[in-house]
Amino acid sequence: MESTAHHFRQNVGTALADPNLQDSLAKLKVGFSERRRQAAERLPEFEALRDRARDIKNHTLANLDFYLEEFERKVLALGGHVHWAPTAADARRIIGELCRGAGARTVAKSKSMVAEEIALNEHLEEIGIEPIETDLGEYIIQLRREPPSHIIAPAVHLTKDQVADTFLEHHRKLGFTKRLTERNDLVAEARYVLRQKFVDADVGLTGANFLVAETGSSMLVTNEGNADLSNTLPRMHIVLASIEKVIPTLEDAAVLLRVLARSATGQESSAYTTLNTGPKRPGDLDGPEHYHVVLLDNGRSGVLGTEMQEILRCIRCGACMNHCPVYGAIGGHAYGWVYPGPLGAVLTPQLIGVEDAGNLPNASTFCGRCESVCPVRIPLPKLMRHWREREFERHLTPTAVRQGLALWSFVARRPRLYRRLAGLANRMLALFGRAEGRYRGLPLASGWTRFRDFPAPPAGGTFHAQWSRRRP
Amino acid sequence: MHAIFAAAILATVSQSLPRPSARPRRIALFVTCLVDLFRPSVGFAAVKLLERAGCTVDVPPLQVCCGQPAYNTGDRATTRAIAAQVIAAFDGYDAVVAPSGSCGGMLSHHYPGLFDDDPAMQARAKDLAGRSYELMAFLVDVMGIETVEARYDGAVTYHDSCSGLRELGVKDQPRRLLQSVDGLALREMKSPEVCCGFGGTFCVKYPEISNAMVGEKSADIAASGADTLVAGDLGCLMNMAGKLQREGSPIHVRHVAEVLAGMGDLPAIGEPGRGEPG
Repeated sequence: MESTAHHFRQNVGTALADPNLQDSLAKLKVGFSERRRQAAERLPEFEALRDRARDIKNHTLANLDFYLEEFERKVLALGGHVHWAPTAADARRIIGELCRGAGARTVAKSKSMVAEEIALNEHLEEIGIEPIETDLGEYIIQLRREPPSHIIAPAVHLTKDQVADTFLEHHRKLGFTKRLTERNDLVAEARYVLRQKFVDADVGLTGANFLVAETGSSMLVTNEGNADLSNTLPRMHIVLASIEKVIPTLEDAAVLLRVLARSATGQESSAYTTLNTGPKRPGDLDGPEHYHVVLLDNGRSGVLGTEMQEILRCIRCGACMNHCPVYGAIGGHAYGWVYPGPLGAVLTPQLIGVEDAGNLPNASTFCGRCESVCPVRIPLPKLMRHWREREFERHLTPTAVRQGLALWSFVARRPRLYRRLAGLANRMLALFGRAEGRYRGLPLASGWTRFRDFPAPPAGGTFHAQWSRRRP
Repeated sequence: MHAIFAAAILATVSQSLPRPSARPRRIALFVTCLVDLFRPSVGFAAVKLLERAGCTVDVPPLQVCCGQPAYNTGDRATTRAIAAQVIAAFDGYDAVVAPSGSCGGMLSHHYPGLFDDDPAMQARAKDLAGRSYELMAFLVDVMGIETVEARYDGAVTYHDSCSGLRELGVKDQPRRLLQSVDGLALREMKSPEVCCGFGGTFCVKYPEISNAMVGEKSADIAASGADTLVAGDLGCLMNMAGKLQREGSPIHVRHVAEVLAGMGDLPAIGEPGRGEPG
């Protein structure tokens, strides 16, 4: 996916001016967080499970090579194949070749953020293979040729009316000429259109929520069951997953599943949880004849052992963005690439470069709500701050910010000078603001006064000046 | 035998429990730069509350800023230099108390991590961290204050500032004390825990996003039916006051310490009038 992260500020302007988006975000902000809160409250051991989930992922990351090799061994023993893809380009090439080798004309895809990360659809189209998104949200945005705006609810930026218009435009040629207005009717129409595509697809491609080293299984959760059709009907099943998705055992998966759905949607578990363990065995009634797992690195191994390693614990529940007031204001597209919200603010600079995505870790108040709900306790604000430190070290911080900070720190490190200057500023602001008690505009502070009044200090001097007068 | 064991255990328990006599007495007030510059009455309110709780309050003259502007811009070297200055300024006090969760959190949660490669400084940073507090948490959790003597005739809504809430667990303490104020009625807004959009330099680096956030906050405040907004951090208060006033709202904005110290008759933040506390 082409990044627009370097246009973050323009993206923000567009997002804030989009009434449909703002409508959708208003619903999202309340809905997701409220459902997660209730789900967490219903489970007394939820906080303890978060600790266990964190520990499982930490243990796996500390032994990642071991568990990946173990996973590969198991998949091979089951009769499947494992492909190692160091980069996005490698993964595209491998999948393209597998699809061509299978003589595929269409590929049924269930929702995969890693497929977005490697821009798989664009590549398949280039080589003459039609990718069909089978997750409802992904299907809608594929029709609209838009990127997802949320990692678990890709079309969350759209209103029902926009979906109705999109379906009318694209389904008309299939004989659906009535504009639908009811949610259920829209779902039914999409289901009808997609059903035949499942049957016709030559290859099914899914992501994975977890790869279980103990059994060689890939594990998927969905609420629509589309993944199950994608991986059982076609002749070939390709699993595309990044390397940090591996976990040791099924027991571990059970712990992670318990925090995943609750954190994501407030469900106790997703409607469908599916384990794929190799190709169809002799005697099996259905299942794919060929089973391939593509393991993508794409920069993740370089995060191991660094101060950013904790981001690799992420299980992609989306809770951080659901609770982020910045995401809630601007939505996912403004972040400019695949992963939005606090997760994206940490991961995107890693995957596409901080030169491009430098605004993302800066556009945060460090309110900490993301960290407080993260099921694997990733300290997201701390990791965003690490990016700011790297930007500062590499002189990527904007010059005006650097100069302002240098001036401020010169003064702040000289208490007596600071005291004199603070006294002066206090008296000036008090004097000229005394009539109204506030300023509607202030030189050098237009970022503030464009939207807010600036409170003037009352007369009488700074606290320190008054204190030394009273208690000498 | 039973009695001997019981006596031994109880003696140990009683020695280990914090007692009034073991409570910190010599307190340093960390004024914070915003209070010093824009709202000195918050500092005096803090002094009043601490003295009423039986503390002796000092204001070390060499304090300036906790270093957050540098820390959150990624300038670790400057942050360390400023932290070292703060650590020296507050040496030797039983407790350091700030009328701010943000600055209090900086001292108690972030300083030690700045000195990972300097064990001597890290030990001093940890020592300071262990005796640094946000004002509300200090009054209630450490000094055991349950009520205050103050009067405020109004309906008050309390905003949970982020660092105080999520780093320091400041949530019930200010509400408990506010409920003891004569004439005061608490009216919760729908989402008191959602950030107001201040975020230090964030509000001027990304003014449009900050504005969207504080706009939503001001709507929530107005819907609460309160005539007064209080919070424990001046940065958030100035942001919310500025937005409310730009929108023409009649809601008054005050620091929670001012209301608790009986200084609720001062002109509110951003309102004209003489502000030197009596």
